[in-house]
Amino acid sequence: MSDQAAVSTGQQPEKRRKKDRKGRPSVLRLLLNNQLATAGLVIFSLIVLVAALAPILPLPDPDATAPADRLQPLFSAGHLLGTDALGRDILSRLIWGARVSLAVGISATLIAAFFGSLIGLLAGYAGGRTDTLLMRGIDMVMAFPYILLALAIVAVLGPGLLNALYAIAVVNVPFFARNIRGIALGLSRREFVDAARLSGKSHAQILFGEVLPNVLPVIIITMSTTIGWMILETAGLSFLGLGAQPPQADLGSMLGEGRKILFTAPHVSIVPGLMIFVLVMSINLLGDGVRDILDPRLKSGSLTRPTARTAVERKSVPATDVRGEDAVLDVRGLKTEFEIGSSVYRAVGGVDLKIRKGECLGLVGESGSGKSVSAMSIMGLVPTPPGRIVGGVAMLGDEDLFSASDERIRQLRGGAVSHVFQDPLSTLHPLYTVGDQLIEAIRAHQPLSHASARQRAAELLATVRIPNPEERLNAYPHELSGGMRQRICIAMALANAADVIIADEPTTALDVTVQAQVLSLLAALRRDHDTGILFITHDFGVVSAICDRVAVMYAGKIVETGTTEEILADPKHPYTGKLIDCVPVLGQPERRLDAIEGRPPVVNALPPGCAFAPRCPRAQPDCLQGEIAMRDFGPERGARCLHPLGEEGSADV
Amino acid sequence: MSEPSQELAAQPAEPLMQLDAVERTFGGGRTLFGQPRPAVHAVQGISFDVKRGETLGIVGESGCGKSTLARMLTGLDRPTGGRITFEGEDLVALIKSDHRAVSRKIQYVFQDPLASLNPRKTIRTILEAPLIHLLKLGRTERRERLETLMQAVNLAPEFLDRYPHEFSGGQAQRIGIARALAADPDLIVLDEPVSALDVSVQAQVLNILADLKRRFGLTFLFISHDLSVVESVSDRVAVLYFGQLVEMAPARQLFGQPRHHYTRLLLNSAPAPGRRNLDAGDAESELPDPFNPPPGCPFFARCPAGTQICQAEMPALCPAPDAPEHLAACHHPAGDDRDPGP
Amino acid sequence: MGLYIAKRLLAAIPVLFGLTIIVFVIMALIPGDPATAILGSYATPENVAKLNKDLGLDKPMVQQYFIWLGNLFQGDLGRSYTLNRPVLDEVMERFWATLILAGSALVLCSILGLIAGVISAVRQFSWADKLITFIVLIGISTPSFWLGLLLILAFSVQLKWFPVSGMYAIYGGGGPLDLLHHLFLPAVTLAAVATGVIARLTRTAMLEVLRQDYIRTARAKGLSERRVIYRHAFKAALVAVIPVIGIQAGFVLGGAVYIETVFQWPGIGSMLVKAISTRDLLLVQGGVLVVAAAYVLFNLAADVVQTLIDPRLR
Repeated sequence: MSDQAAVSTGQQPEKRRKKDRKGRPSVLRLLLNNQLATAGLVIFSLIVLVAALAPILPLPDPDATAPADRLQPLFSAGHLLGTDALGRDILSRLIWGARVSLAVGISATLIAAFFGSLIGLLAGYAGGRTDTLLMRGIDMVMAFPYILLALAIVAVLGPGLLNALYAIAVVNVPFFARNIRGIALGLSRREFVDAARLSGKSHAQILFGEVLPNVLPVIIITMSTTIGWMILETAGLSFLGLGAQPPQADLGSMLGEGRKILFTAPHVSIVPGLMIFVLVMSINLLGDGVRDILDPRLKSGSLTRPTARTAVERKSVPATDVRGEDAVLDVRGLKTEFEIGSSVYRAVGGVDLKIRKGECLGLVGESGSGKSVSAMSIMGLVPTPPGRIVGGVAMLGDEDLFSASDERIRQLRGGAVSHVFQDPLSTLHPLYTVGDQLIEAIRAHQPLSHASARQRAAELLATVRIPNPEERLNAYPHELSGGMRQRICIAMALANAADVIIADEPTTALDVTVQAQVLSLLAALRRDHDTGILFITHDFGVVSAICDRVAVMYAGKIVETGTTEEILADPKHPYTGKLIDCVPVLGQPERRLDAIEGRPPVVNALPPGCAFAPRCPRAQPDCLQGEIAMRDFGPERGARCLHPLGEEGSADV
Repeated sequence: MSEPSQELAAQPAEPLMQLDAVERTFGGGRTLFGQPRPAVHAVQGISFDVKRGETLGIVGESGCGKSTLARMLTGLDRPTGGRITFEGEDLVALIKSDHRAVSRKIQYVFQDPLASLNPRKTIRTILEAPLIHLLKLGRTERRERLETLMQAVNLAPEFLDRYPHEFSGGQAQRIGIARALAADPDLIVLDEPVSALDVSVQAQVLNILADLKRRFGLTFLFISHDLSVVESVSDRVAVLYFGQLVEMAPARQLFGQPRHHYTRLLLNSAPAPGRRNLDAGDAESELPDPFNPPPGCPFFARCPAGTQICQAEMPALCPAPDAPEHLAACHHPAGDDRDPGP
Repeated sequence: MGLYIAKRLLAAIPVLFGLTIIVFVIMALIPGDPATAILGSYATPENVAKLNKDLGLDKPMVQQYFIWLGNLFQGDLGRSYTLNRPVLDEVMERFWATLILAGSALVLCSILGLIAGVISAVRQFSWADKLITFIVLIGISTPSFWLGLLLILAFSVQLKWFPVSGMYAIYGGGGPLDLLHHLFLPAVTLAAVATGVIARLTRTAMLEVLRQDYIRTARAKGLSERRVIYRHAFKAALVAVIPVIGIQAGFVLGGAVYIETVFQWPGIGSMLVKAISTRDLLLVQGGVLVVAAAYVLFNLAADVVQTLIDPRLR
């Protein structure tokens, strides 16, 4: 925790910040990267420009009738778009009409956005009774079919453009209110609102100073996606003769007038309709672009569909003939990358793992070390895009999993190799009973009837010590406690007599006492069924409780392996040593906590040599050069370190 | 925080904060049609003192009411029963009259460091807020104070003009600590301050906290589910189960000779490097239904020492015969009739 | 489950009451003397006074509301002065026409929207996805009344495949086939926008669901990709889409106003437009009330369906 740490860690944000600074003012540039949005922006700006300039453009009077010139076709002399039934110039009326439609649409949007957002903010922030009261009112208004309410309002106020504007604005208030309320509600429960309160801010200061800035993007998104809709609706009311009244015309009323002579002079109605379409389309294109930029969910392709299996594009394939004689699963040289934007994150940079029959191997590391990605790569469960396996083999018996067919992988998943994941609530399907999900897992691999699969499912629940198994089969995941759910997941992993279970932090989300139950269950099942387990965790305490051997990961590489006892008693890699020493141990309150300075490197810009060197007190100049090889310290004991702990010639820690 | 301040725990100090039968119920009341609504007793009748200058650890598993308790102690929530007094004054009355006065005395460090920082504000704006609203400092005073604060949590001053997303969890938590420290409070409630952090970063934050406590003479209320962390930082420890205080004692005594069987289970089920066998307890039992709590001891269903009286009657918090500071709510406390502790 | 449905039905009652209050208040807000507004400016003072008394307009507002509500319960929505017949008779007659049109449009847009959305999500970035995205964009940008005119020009005037307007042929009409023949164009027009909205949402919902942990679990179990998508992902996506279909019902019912006008469909929508321009406010009131009530009931049904799918809501 020295200043040096602050400075060295400062480099990271510095780089990112520069990128941000360059990127931040360029919402416009991001928008221009999107061709469709750019097209929308260009067309929309053009229409706005022409409409704004209408008074100074050399246009004929839009309301000047000329009965002699009535119903001139398109491209006739003096009337580029022809004339209507009263001989008025359609082009001129179109531009003036667009001006009216735009003005009405934009003002209605602003009015609706202002009042709707205000109601939404108040309801979401205040919560409780205020929320209930406001939202009941909003629900009431929404209980009317949208346009119907607008019609009722116009019916009362009387036809007219301004009344149509009010009507459209009023019926859109609930949309803003609901949208904004949802966001504001979520934000108001966030801890930074509590923090602001504890900083002495008043409710008004919090609402408008803390919550509003975070809601603003949503307001803008909602506005940009509703403005087109508002223009359509105003046009609709005018089309019905309830909006703009003659001689004033907007695009809708032009269309409505033209409709009467649809069969004789279709262009009189088609042209204004086309104009509405182009205008609304340009707004929608633009709106979608704005939404893509402002909505963080849509950023960086986070809404791309992951494929059923991780893409395998291997550049290096280790020899597959040298088999670890007794290994059930033997992973060698595994490399997995993520391509996000223009940078490549080498999450896993050459990992070897070997699991014997009935053995539990602990894969230990901090978040971002690549331990989960390594484990998920084995059965191709890393989402592509952005992930892909670029090197290595995973031998299950004699079979290389990375070159197996998709169908073969499907057979093996949940069959020979099964998984248990971290959060048992999100990993079970919320809409199916646990029985259905178990039966499905069984029948995907065994030709059993539904009834006998159900029988088997009940047996499995009994195996994982769930009381009243028959009854529990009908329970939905949300009806069970966290510990119960995790046992269901374990039962599912056992369903088809797996050789290896890959367990990704299976107890991290559980309470200590429940964790102990699940760990002892897993240990017992492993003994009974002789199943190998790849157990991923960050906790050396958990490792002690269940693992035979340990592999420690840092920045995508395994830095040390050995038996649990050896590693805990005599760590060789300084990182392993630090990792053990930085955690308080129960029963040793006097122990000094040995913090690791700095932070782990980002795997898209790994330094040459040992990735831990910048944080390592034993680092020497040679640590920063070339690839550091795994050094043997005995059978199945190795560390990727040039100056291991307990060796003279290096600075003492 | 590796050296619990023994001398402070030993001398009888005037309590900084007192809780008297504090209760918090959620839900309840009646619907429009007069049907009673289900109520959850998140916190039930908790009483204890917080001594000036100590670190009081509060341990419990999810659903034990520790976060609800933390929110009440900082004034973010109000008890539905009982009384909290701070320096002899009623906390609820104080909040009603001047919530800023409470925030000047009591501050909060949140579990999720990033969620506790507004993503659209610079660190400077976030840290200045308490200086402006609570301390009413002028521009130059604020600048000086900010520099001291950043130094205190060991962050470079140039970080002030960055946004929260540019920081790692550990750095963000240090900013959260600086924010809590800004108003120069007497008591800081730390709600799982390190559980969202990576293990290698936890130690950084724990060491900073220990340093700050020494330097500014703070009182800490340290809430965590992690027994080893609580053991390493606390002078005294309170164990919560199902919204109730089941045991409270000086840390050494509680961890060395736990009297309540729940505390024993917690200690024996916690994994530790080198510990091979964990006590899994009775695998089938779970927490009681919070909407329909049992009349007796909530731990009865899981307790190895439970008898009929446990089922019928909630035991009161009683001092151990040989140690008046060691309280446990158990009809058959461990250590009375057999070997103490693991 | 039955209990839940009963509860929901009970909860709909206050909403329906709320509707009557809003409708009543809107009508009471008419500026000036309501009787004059209803009868027009040429009405004799005696007629105005009589109508005021008939409508109970000389009594306080709250009392007026309960009198009006009492009449409503007895099926008395007043008399339309332009048609000179009870409002309820006219409204119910036209309501069926609207229900047929809006109902078929809703079925159409739900089916097409769901299919398009799922294809679009499953084959993300393929030409099919791009085509669907493009069509959807056009769909939600097109004024439905204009689309109706274009379809009439193309399919009725030029190709003569479908009739120009009406619900049944005037001579020798009747029967379900004739109805379908007349229904096709207006139903398609009415469904166009809603299809786009549903397709868009389905696509997003599917993509979001496909990233969930339980989909990874389904894959880790060794299920076929078909089963993962159609059994696991689709069902979860439906939970997000069904409320939107409920909201779309409102748009379809409201949009019927335009389509009925364009295709001269004898439904409530075209009735309302005429009634507004002739200031036949009792007719407007009756029409709005009935359609709104239908919408509330439909949303109720959507809620129940959603609860059937999602056990967490029970």
